[in-house]
Amino acid sequence: MSIRKIFEAELADLKTELVEMCRLTETMIENSIEALVKRDRELGKSVGEMDKRVDEYEMDIEKRCMRILLKQQPVAKDFREVSTALKMITDIERFGDQASDIGDLVYTMPGERYIKELHYIRKMGDLAVKMVHDSVNSFVQNDEALADAVIAADDIMDELFLTVKNELILLIKQDVKNGDQAIELMMVAKYLERIGDHAVNVAEWTKYYETGVHLKF
Amino acid sequence: MEYGKNISVQNAKLWYGDFQALKGIDMEISEHSVTAFIGPSGCGKSTFLKCFNRMNDLVNGCKIEGNFKIGEVDIYDKATDVNELRKNVGMVFQKPNPFPMSVYDNIAYGPRTFGIKKRKQLDEIVENSLRAAAMWEELKDRLSKSALGLSGGQQQRLCIARALAVKPKIILMDEPTSALDPISTGKIEELCEELKSTTTIVIVTHNMQQATRISDKTGFFLMGELVEYGDTDDIFNAPKRTETERYITGRFG
Repeated sequence: MSIRKIFEAELADLKTELVEMCRLTETMIENSIEALVKRDRELGKSVGEMDKRVDEYEMDIEKRCMRILLKQQPVAKDFREVSTALKMITDIERFGDQASDIGDLVYTMPGERYIKELHYIRKMGDLAVKMVHDSVNSFVQNDEALADAVIAADDIMDELFLTVKNELILLIKQDVKNGDQAIELMMVAKYLERIGDHAVNVAEWTKYYETGVHLKF
Repeated sequence: MEYGKNISVQNAKLWYGDFQALKGIDMEISEHSVTAFIGPSGCGKSTFLKCFNRMNDLVNGCKIEGNFKIGEVDIYDKATDVNELRKNVGMVFQKPNPFPMSVYDNIAYGPRTFGIKKRKQLDEIVENSLRAAAMWEELKDRLSKSALGLSGGQQQRLCIARALAVKPKIILMDEPTSALDPISTGKIEELCEELKSTTTIVIVTHNMQQATRISDKTGFFLMGELVEYGDTDDIFNAPKRTETERYITGRFG
């Protein structure tokens, strides 16, 4: 195999591992929301345990990138590909952290009845999973339009967060006893909103990979 | 008309017999910059470099067209003195080529050619040139020893010191480190960075990392054409032309 082919195989392996890491965080987000909705404490706890695997992926991909930089000294799009992967894993790792935080909250939350329907939080969860999925796919599939769609979706995420926040404020005003749970649900919403922000970061890195220009949206 | 430290070329064309090696190149090189020429073997980068001090004049059957200016001087004008041109535009080659004489005489050779005979003045030039090439400390006690006894890296730096002895405005380097170990390469790269304050440097290199490390601008040549020329950061981060991308990432061919 030529040196160039070996290098291309290394890049392909790198992307495969990035996708695996990303899929794991998607499952974590899905499970954390399912645990919340079903009040499944054990499922919530299991999300935190999955986070260890995400950390391992991060370390492993980081090593891969360092090894490629050292051995191949890539330039131009090759360089952007490796540096993009290196930057992305920080955000993907944060997807896992936020899902894990939601799982921990579910595990420690008292088993009272919810003070509100979880309709919008579930919508936020679904959107978070889609943004995470699309952000990494935009990189792997060289799809700048998909990266743009992720960046645009963040506005919807922000609106949903505002809706949930306003609902919870209203519930606290109605009855101070709602306060404890309202704050916990507010934290869940905030974690999901942050996942959206990290997905935007990943999409921005995809755009850098495609264009060579790193812009913040 | 005075020699300057900037180079201006319009529509450079060059033939070796029937073979056209340069096909209409325009380039502006600003003073106190390091410019790297990259491209596959036979692309014309060394040929273009050698136009700047008329080294191609020595090649049989070579025909050159176009406008080449170093500062205000049209270097292919009939009135141009080639010796004066090469005093202002020094050159360092791929293989170190010290003269078979002492370190001192190697450095003093150029100044003597231009009429400097006084020992004290020559001593000063030798010391200053070796200092400028960061070699004074290692060679000050070996000035009378043969330059051929130096290591390859030292010989190459001596050649740079020799070029500096006649106070050139521009130094051309044709793959100056391709025969050197990484330590000697590092010293020459450092030297390029230091010499930039007094001269303009144009370097041909096959080492992409070297181009990214030391040059401000990079020109990519392919089959006698200048495909892309711009800031080195841009060329190696996001080249505009597919041919450049393919070459620098090793996909060419």
